[in-house]
Amino acid sequence: MLGRLTWAAIPINEPLPIISGAAVGLFVLAVLITITVKGWWPYLWREWLTSVDHKRIGIMYIVLGLVMLLRGFSDAIMMRTQQAIAVGTAQGYLPPEHYDQVFSAHGTIMIFFVAMPLVIGLMNFAVPLQLGVRDVAFPVLNSISLWLTATGALLINASLVIGNFARTGWMAYPPLSELAFSPDVGVDYYLWSLQISGVGSLLTGINFVTTILKLRAPGMTYFRMPVFCWTALASSLLIVAAFPILTATFIMLLLDRHLGMHFFTNDAGGNQMMYVNLFWAWGHPEVYILILPAFGIYSEVVATFSGKALFSYRSMVWATLGICILSFMVWLHHFFTMGAGADVNAFFGIMSSVIAVPTGVKVFNWLFTMFRGRIVFKTPMLFAVGFIVTFAIGGLTGVLLAVPPVDFVLHNSTFLVAHFHNVIIGGVLFGVLAGINYWFPKAFGFTLDERLGRASFWCWLIGFYLAFMPLYALGLMGMTRRLEHIPDPSWQPLLLVAEAGAIVILCAILCQIAQLYVSIRTREQRRDLTGDPWNGRTLEWSTSSPPPDYNFAVLPRVDSIDAFWHLKLAGRPPAAPAYEAIEMPRNSPAGFVTAFFAVVMGFSLIWQIWWLAILGFAAAATVVLIAGWSIEREHEISAAELARMERVR
Amino acid sequence: MKRTGLLCGLRRSRVLRAAAGTTLLASCKPAGVLDPQGPVASAERLLLINSTAIMLVVVIPVIMATLVFAWWYRSSNAHAARSLVESYEERVEFVVWSIPALTVILLGGVIWIGSHRLDPRAAIPGKSDPLRVDVVALDWKWLFIYPDRGVAAVNQLVIPAGTPVEFRVTSATVMNSFFVPQLGSQIYAMGGMTTHLSLLADRPGEFPGLSANFSGDGFSEMRFVVRSVPADEFTAWPEQVRGAGSALDDAGYDQLSKPSKAVPPTTYRSVSPKLFDRILEQTIAGPAKADIGARWHPPVHRAGG
Repeated sequence: MLGRLTWAAIPINEPLPIISGAAVGLFVLAVLITITVKGWWPYLWREWLTSVDHKRIGIMYIVLGLVMLLRGFSDAIMMRTQQAIAVGTAQGYLPPEHYDQVFSAHGTIMIFFVAMPLVIGLMNFAVPLQLGVRDVAFPVLNSISLWLTATGALLINASLVIGNFARTGWMAYPPLSELAFSPDVGVDYYLWSLQISGVGSLLTGINFVTTILKLRAPGMTYFRMPVFCWTALASSLLIVAAFPILTATFIMLLLDRHLGMHFFTNDAGGNQMMYVNLFWAWGHPEVYILILPAFGIYSEVVATFSGKALFSYRSMVWATLGICILSFMVWLHHFFTMGAGADVNAFFGIMSSVIAVPTGVKVFNWLFTMFRGRIVFKTPMLFAVGFIVTFAIGGLTGVLLAVPPVDFVLHNSTFLVAHFHNVIIGGVLFGVLAGINYWFPKAFGFTLDERLGRASFWCWLIGFYLAFMPLYALGLMGMTRRLEHIPDPSWQPLLLVAEAGAIVILCAILCQIAQLYVSIRTREQRRDLTGDPWNGRTLEWSTSSPPPDYNFAVLPRVDSIDAFWHLKLAGRPPAAPAYEAIEMPRNSPAGFVTAFFAVVMGFSLIWQIWWLAILGFAAAATVVLIAGWSIEREHEISAAELARMERVR
Repeated sequence: MKRTGLLCGLRRSRVLRAAAGTTLLASCKPAGVLDPQGPVASAERLLLINSTAIMLVVVIPVIMATLVFAWWYRSSNAHAARSLVESYEERVEFVVWSIPALTVILLGGVIWIGSHRLDPRAAIPGKSDPLRVDVVALDWKWLFIYPDRGVAAVNQLVIPAGTPVEFRVTSATVMNSFFVPQLGSQIYAMGGMTTHLSLLADRPGEFPGLSANFSGDGFSEMRFVVRSVPADEFTAWPEQVRGAGSALDDAGYDQLSKPSKAVPPTTYRSVSPKLFDRILEQTIAGPAKADIGARWHPPVHRAGG
């Protein structure tokens, strides 16, 4: 009846997961009770949970990403603490079966449920505004994407208290992830939560490719799009091309696990190398799915806060597209040590370092944008400058790892760990934080506190260097990743430094929470009444902060890049525009309800409660079909109504 | 050790590059990849340093320029000359593409030549014939079989200094990576497959070896020691081994292949012939399936229960 699910699945006798699970559970309960007591449910349901407004969906993605950042970060600090104390004869506080779950969950969560939602959230929020349109191409699909991503996040957190998570590392290489070596539900949690959220990501990719290709303000040709839209397009194309590979790979692993097939097993003709190849055929493009939109954010931020147009917009676009294509030709550099011949290794090594060319061009373009500019150091610009410096180092170590013989001695070492944190924290995360600080006033109508923003930037920067520079050194000293126990006591000083770095990053996160809290408390003094707090260049700043549901009462006409900037130079448009009736998508509970059934389905699949899984799938599919066939999906705002709403604002 | 000064100097330059400050110097002691003990590791360290140097030529100016531009063109600086109109020059554009392109062309040559010279399977020229060692990754220890000597060892690898060693590597369990940082290149150990690796230790000494690919609960302790001994001492070593310890026959292998952690170094006085090939072909009993975490399996239903 309940498949593999028994009371034994709840680790009563293991204090750590129970305590952390209880803490999370109590917090969630407290939030739910507060909402109920205050009677916020109707508001939440109407304005958020069923919203198909790209801005609200974007904000919800970002909230999801930030909440999961807390989870992923607590995993990080647990690992750092374990490595700092479990040296020599000391065993630390985490036994291997826990520690292995912690680092597997950390990687999985940070990539799929922090970086992805944050990047996609910002794309959701900013792209339609920058394109000068009122929504994405498929608003209901967008809501389904969001809630399927949330489903994956929920399932992964459920593994904390019901059963356990994978102990395989976030790549889940077979045969370790096969039933023979991982018989418990951990890998199933990993696979099903990523399968379900992967559907969400794929739908987002389709949605944004369509939006950017088909929906742009009148006059906005491709080469008048803001660079962030270009990078969002490249990222979405990569999602569409890469995520199906991951889904197919996971299906094969699931078939191995559930039906006893032999795609990747040691025996019966299985081949683990195929999984590794397929995983990275998705995995390397994934890196660029994350970093390209971050590059776009830096482009917007550097141009805005330097008071100058981006230097060489066209080469920025070509560099973006170059990276987009090259990213599919480098996957083998993740496993030079698999024993491929010298020709193969050399080819992929060279292709990998070739990516440094368009990336280097971007760096130079940002530099030349700053050159002779008037640089205003608001928090987003601090993150941008911190990024350029940090990313230069991360790029260097990345190209170093692309030299196959160098990789032979640094592969899987903490040098590698330091490298990809260098580019993901210094690149993606700094970009996202710059983006959040940059677009927050647009989203909520008031700016974030600068003092605490700056404090959080410095803590992030210093904390990053403290936490990861020691790992570069340790990798050179021969320390490999994923050690639950440190064999060499001479590594301990550096591990303690890294631990200190993690604590400084904790301060950074606390500063951000404080920044949010203080900014909300003092929002009346920090209202942005102009809609253009940074003297921006692109169309999102031409509408009010926060924008109305329909973004623009009259779609802007575009005749150059940096459309709003030129509009400002030419003087404001006439005060009484000619309003026309517009159609806006209606709210839809489809996404939320689909996700509810997806949770049921995912959980049942993990625990092999087949009848419930079938029911869950059928229900979810029915909801999607009903939503797909519904005709009345829009409501019209008449010209008179629009004029009235515009007057009130 | 007179090498210390030089290596600390190198470390210091890395520190500068990494901008990690003085903290790293505290533990300055040559180790791991920076303390090569054989030609492969030395060549790889050289490549590491050369590639870093090539890139630093670009990266240091970029970092300096970023900081200088950010500082000088801050809005409060009254002395900065500004030009806020859109400025674009093809000359600059040309430079912008050529600098990284030239760097990468140079580096591409380094990669091509380096990959071929340091191909893990390429034989290392040596005065004496290479020693063959078959390596098997087990849960969670390393088995070293000396096919020409008829002996085997677990978690210790005894090799003659100055003699090339040709490894055939496989796994009787999940994927691992066979790695001796001070001797150079690592290579994956994968079930049902062999990978090939040649290494050489210049001098006698003891070097730590490890698995560099996560393989489960006992991974952290899956370490071994490489004892590089003078050639004449190595000639005598199989004789010593043959005089003691147990035999690695099918029963012995069955016992050995059960998951175990932190296994102390041991030797086997004999090895059943073709053991490596049978592990490779999986015609010998595989390792007991790791049953850690099997707690949540459905209870076994007994017939008639």
